[in-house]
Amino acid sequence: MKKLIMTGVALSATLSFLAAQTPKKTGGNQSASRGKKVYEQYCLTCHQVDGSGVPHLNPPLIKTTFVLGDKTKLVQVILKGMQSSEPIDDEYYSNNMPPHNFLKDQEIADVLTYVRNHFGNKAAAVTASEVKAVRAKN
Amino acid sequence: MKTKVVLLGCLMTLVCAGSFAKNGDSTALHRPVPIVPADAGLKLPAGFKVQTVAENLGAARHIAVTPLGDIYVKIQSPKPGKAIAVIHGGNVKTFGTYRGTGIVIKGNYLYASSDEEVYRYKLNDKYEIINPEQPEKIVTGLINRHQHESKSLALDNAGNIYVNIGAYSNSCQTQDRAKGSKGIQGCPIRDSAAGIWQFKADKLNQSYGNGVRYASGLRNVVGLDWNNSLQQLFVMQHGRDGLYDMFPEYYTLKDGNELPAECMYALKKGDDAGWPYIYYDGIQHKKMLSPEYGGDGKKTGGDNAINPVVAFPAHMAPNGLLFYTGNQFPAKYKNGAFIAFHGSWNRQKGQKGYFVAFVPFKDGKPDGNWEIFADNFAGVGNIQSPGQAQHRPCGLAQGPDGALYVTDDVKGTVYKITYTGK
Repeated sequence: MKKLIMTGVALSATLSFLAAQTPKKTGGNQSASRGKKVYEQYCLTCHQVDGSGVPHLNPPLIKTTFVLGDKTKLVQVILKGMQSSEPIDDEYYSNNMPPHNFLKDQEIADVLTYVRNHFGNKAAAVTASEVKAVRAKN
Repeated sequence: MKTKVVLLGCLMTLVCAGSFAKNGDSTALHRPVPIVPADAGLKLPAGFKVQTVAENLGAARHIAVTPLGDIYVKIQSPKPGKAIAVIHGGNVKTFGTYRGTGIVIKGNYLYASSDEEVYRYKLNDKYEIINPEQPEKIVTGLINRHQHESKSLALDNAGNIYVNIGAYSNSCQTQDRAKGSKGIQGCPIRDSAAGIWQFKADKLNQSYGNGVRYASGLRNVVGLDWNNSLQQLFVMQHGRDGLYDMFPEYYTLKDGNELPAECMYALKKGDDAGWPYIYYDGIQHKKMLSPEYGGDGKKTGGDNAINPVVAFPAHMAPNGLLFYTGNQFPAKYKNGAFIAFHGSWNRQKGQKGYFVAFVPFKDGKPDGNWEIFADNFAGVGNIQSPGQAQHRPCGLAQGPDGALYVTDDVKGTVYKITYTGK
């Protein structure tokens, strides 16, 4: 019995150690896989299955300064949408992006984490609390 | 390889000699066009050949060819001196500084558009531009809110120029493209856009007050052409997006992929094609009430809206329209319509278009089904997103010898399609 408890303690210690070592990665991965579903439902038509966008109409999501850059600005794009008059890496895209403020904080965090770690991108995950903070400032 | 070049050279000489004889004008020298001896990767009907006459022009949109064979291409670029490319003999030069896409030649003038203005350039007796840096501004102050901003052009034979002013919206919702946002009643966009405006081709500084709203209820027209045998304006509308994305309660993904039709309209002054209140369902062959205005995929609408002449599959983005009047192609092509379909993006699980289609016409009406004329611009099968396309057809023009020119705005290619019968 004692042995079992010891094993249990050791196991949970190991688990919490592992969790402490890779919290972002694990959390980010789960978030990204949920984010894929959000992407497919709300983003894919315009930004395309491969994130390449539509030339001159809808911006690509591959290694652009918007996608890889400041999280706050990126969360704002989701919440408020984007008018076509704003350039992205010196290119103009003709179509407007509607606001997606109906998405939950977690959904926005998930989809941004997915986009920032997909299509050849590599950038830090976005958390629900970060989204919440940006939304609160609006 | 060498043989091929020599053969092509001979062919060119023959073509030129042929046109010479027809013109009966010994001073009218046809300038040789640089020929890249390749099939350019396109699939064409038997007897047709394609050559690449220019590459890497940038975003090559509409195109015009002079009676002497010089080629003018409108480049969609704001870069200084890059607005228009002229291909003269083996040389490519550029001039002008304004983004925009429209270009057409009528009489001794070349007309070109920015996204707000229409300019005209006087041509000399060799159809060369006399003063490339100082065109006359004939139309100004047209609305440009980025979406559907391009101003395509056509002229009739009575001194009028027709300018498309696209709707800066998908379906005139309170909030553009937002799920759940209603359509605005009495859509105000129609007052200054979503239609074709008619101006005088020879008057300077005209704007809305001087023009006539020739036709309304057209979401966005990129390809339009004056049909000389009917003396009538024909346009290709880019149909609306997002039926499935915004209204999954009424439309399946497949519905969204296949609706609405991309429509060809024959216009009369005062016609209304119904945007944003209706769209055309090319499967049911009905005008349907838009879901932003109470539609549900079943309710029809638009009793006063005109019907299309031809309904093509959805979302293929018709960017070029040309009625063929040449003698080079076989008889079935005479007076028929070529349409350059830029290729879709608003489909899922497979895009469509990326080809030049043909519709035979007889007695002013389509005579039989449309068909694919030139295919494989994309260069990849089963295309999933437009970014995968190596080329996308956009503008169309007819050369003095009856050849068909097609632009591509991905790599800036100009194709010349000829009929050899072999």
